[in-house]
Amino acid sequence: MTILDTIGSTQTVGSHRPWPRAVVDDAGWARAIDEFAAGRWTLSGLWADVDAVHMAVISGANEIAVLTYQCSNGRFPSVAARHPPAMRLERAIFSLFGYEPVGTPDRRPWLDLGFWDVAHPLGKRGAPQREPYAFLPAEGDALHQVPVGPVHAGIIEPGHFRFTANGEFVVRVEERLGYVHKGIESLMAGATIERGAQLAGRASGDSTVAYASAFARAVEAATQITPPARALYLRALMAELERLANHFGDIGAICNDASFALMHAQTGILRERTLRATEACFGHRLMMDAVVPGGVARDLNADGEAQLRGLLAELRARFPRLIELYDNTASLQDRTVTTGIVKPEYARQFGAGGYIGRAAGRNFDARRTPGYAPYAELSFDVPVLAAGDVNARVWIRIREVEQSLSLIEQILERLPPGGVATAIAVSGPCEGMAYAEAFRGDVLVWLRLGDDNRIRRCHLRDASWFQWPLLETAIENNIIADFPLCNKSFNCSYSGHDL
Amino acid sequence: MALIHEFIFQGAQMLLVLALAPLLTGFVRKVKARLMRRRGPSLIQPYRDLARLLRKDVVLASNASWLFRAIPYLVFAGTWVAASLVPTFRSGLLFSWTADLIALIALLGSARFFLALAGMDTGTGFGGIGASREMMIASLAEPAMMMIVFAVALIAGSTQLSTMAAFMNSPEVGLRVSLGLGLLALIVVAIAENARIPVDNPATHLELTMVHEAMILEYSGRHLALVEFASFLKLLLYVSLIACLFAPWGISTATAEPALVAVGIAAYAGKIAIGGFLLAVFETAIAKMRVFRVPQFLGAALMLALLATLLRFVSRSF
Repeated sequence: MTILDTIGSTQTVGSHRPWPRAVVDDAGWARAIDEFAAGRWTLSGLWADVDAVHMAVISGANEIAVLTYQCSNGRFPSVAARHPPAMRLERAIFSLFGYEPVGTPDRRPWLDLGFWDVAHPLGKRGAPQREPYAFLPAEGDALHQVPVGPVHAGIIEPGHFRFTANGEFVVRVEERLGYVHKGIESLMAGATIERGAQLAGRASGDSTVAYASAFARAVEAATQITPPARALYLRALMAELERLANHFGDIGAICNDASFALMHAQTGILRERTLRATEACFGHRLMMDAVVPGGVARDLNADGEAQLRGLLAELRARFPRLIELYDNTASLQDRTVTTGIVKPEYARQFGAGGYIGRAAGRNFDARRTPGYAPYAELSFDVPVLAAGDVNARVWIRIREVEQSLSLIEQILERLPPGGVATAIAVSGPCEGMAYAEAFRGDVLVWLRLGDDNRIRRCHLRDASWFQWPLLETAIENNIIADFPLCNKSFNCSYSGHDL
Repeated sequence: MALIHEFIFQGAQMLLVLALAPLLTGFVRKVKARLMRRRGPSLIQPYRDLARLLRKDVVLASNASWLFRAIPYLVFAGTWVAASLVPTFRSGLLFSWTADLIALIALLGSARFFLALAGMDTGTGFGGIGASREMMIASLAEPAMMMIVFAVALIAGSTQLSTMAAFMNSPEVGLRVSLGLGLLALIVVAIAENARIPVDNPATHLELTMVHEAMILEYSGRHLALVEFASFLKLLLYVSLIACLFAPWGISTATAEPALVAVGIAAYAGKIAIGGFLLAVFETAIAKMRVFRVPQFLGAALMLALLATLLRFVSRSF
């Protein structure tokens, strides 16, 4: 039974591609929440539009659809009341648009930290309300609170963590995010497609290729344009290089948080080599603005190909020795094994993507499901582990590095000749959406284009939305001193989440 | 005349540890950086850091008490005196007659106590966490240190460092199991006391994992300079102590000629360099342990030291 059959009476929107979008009534919306609560469907996104709230749904059979609830009165039935993963998304909708989730157990703002000049900047603007933020209580003898951040002792992104601890043992940790809110969705509204691509590429700088690819594919889906095959292969090549660089950085940084700086130094070298190769090939270390709607901005020449082959040879020679170092350092294993366990049922319920979900038994990779070109033509494995601890998240990254190396080899083998870009032409109002697998999980981009070549509304959903809440569960029963290690093994995005 | 002579040597010793302490820290950092294929900061960077901090203004928390302001001076003075008690290149120091190894432990213990008070003084979460962790470490490291002192003192027949060094340098020491156990225990204690990996990480930026650094997070300017300087001195003290007790070769006696004093200085420099190098290698090869594993690590030191003391009662030849 398809998603739309399950929902029953629906009114399908014509120009939404590639998956259907249906406007549902109260009964249909409630039915969808039933399916989430029963664990048959996964909530993959929840965002607002002018007088409407959309949700992206992935069914058990990996079918995808968008359901829309019209809320011209500024109220919609809360999803979070029965499906907690929607909580922060609903709070963000309230802060950005002012739409009220009816029946929600948590009415506090999200992203809006009380510093904005206006309330609800994307909806009906009003005067800001500055109520003190109430952290969730934890009661008991000998409990004490430790506030951490948003300014940290190191140079890292800002986020506030409120620990309630009994000595060293963490009883509860609550995150408060939004310190790097940039108003990307506001900037998107009314922007040209070119400008939109640049904005999407800056949502989270470490995943710029993934964001730009997802945005480009959403535009291409909406306008029904197929980019040249060479461009698709080059996008995959860039995405895998980005994954390599980030995984190298992460593996080293996790070890560094256990004070094993040797690994950090060694993986730092591999990361730097990768970034220099990408700069030589695509003119930018992080490959920012290299992927554009319709294709890619820069072609790979013979010299770049040779550089990448040299890089592959070096990585293949060096990386196995680092795996050995990780595996054979008992003091390091002592820190990572059984630390910060994510329960598989939470990973499933929240639809956690990336290494966090895959280390806790959730076999989901946007390159496979829904899948996109050219990955169907390439052979690769999606590593999955069940342990859910820091060690498992490191191993998923190690295995993915190996898969990425193999993918890059295959892409270089098969890189088709031809052009790398097609022109984009918008013939009329249309909507598109796309998933891309960034290094930390699936990125969702949904957009609506007007006939004047401009973006009406664009929503970017980072994988971190469904990963940050799991960090709060993973730290329970661990000690405060192990939090940085857990946090680094998650490496959720602040920027991509705060938008 | 002899007294003036002694004063000069004791003064020289005090200035020597002061001048050398930042260099040792700089050396350890440099070796660690080289082991990680980084170029690393210059050897004299710790001196520059101290000079920079001394020039800077002090930022005080509004609720900081007078204790918070006084403690850096107390900690620095206590550690400096303790460091100048350990014979470096010449035994028979003037202070030896008034302060022995037990006084040295007391001085360091007081410094630690005051620093923990300072950590809690401003009432921040991190200061409290750091102070509580530091005390947990101290409650095991200090008894272990006492046992080490007893073990070595029973063999040397004194707790006075000059006498101990002279005895250790004489042929009657021989090869003793209890000394080996004592050395191992002392190394473990030294690692814990100096907040080195695997107990604490002196280079970390992660507030939640810090021990020593968490206590001093609120310090700035000249206060921070003094606290930092005290920790440089403490590292030098422990390396000197290990060298003095377990590798006393080359330490000149009180009546030695100038040439032998020069040999003593060269030997001391060599020993410090080797100690710093070994520390850097050890720290590079190991990850930090979980906080609750530290008691086991220090408990091992306590047991080793206890064993070393007990063995003396089993047979005089141990």
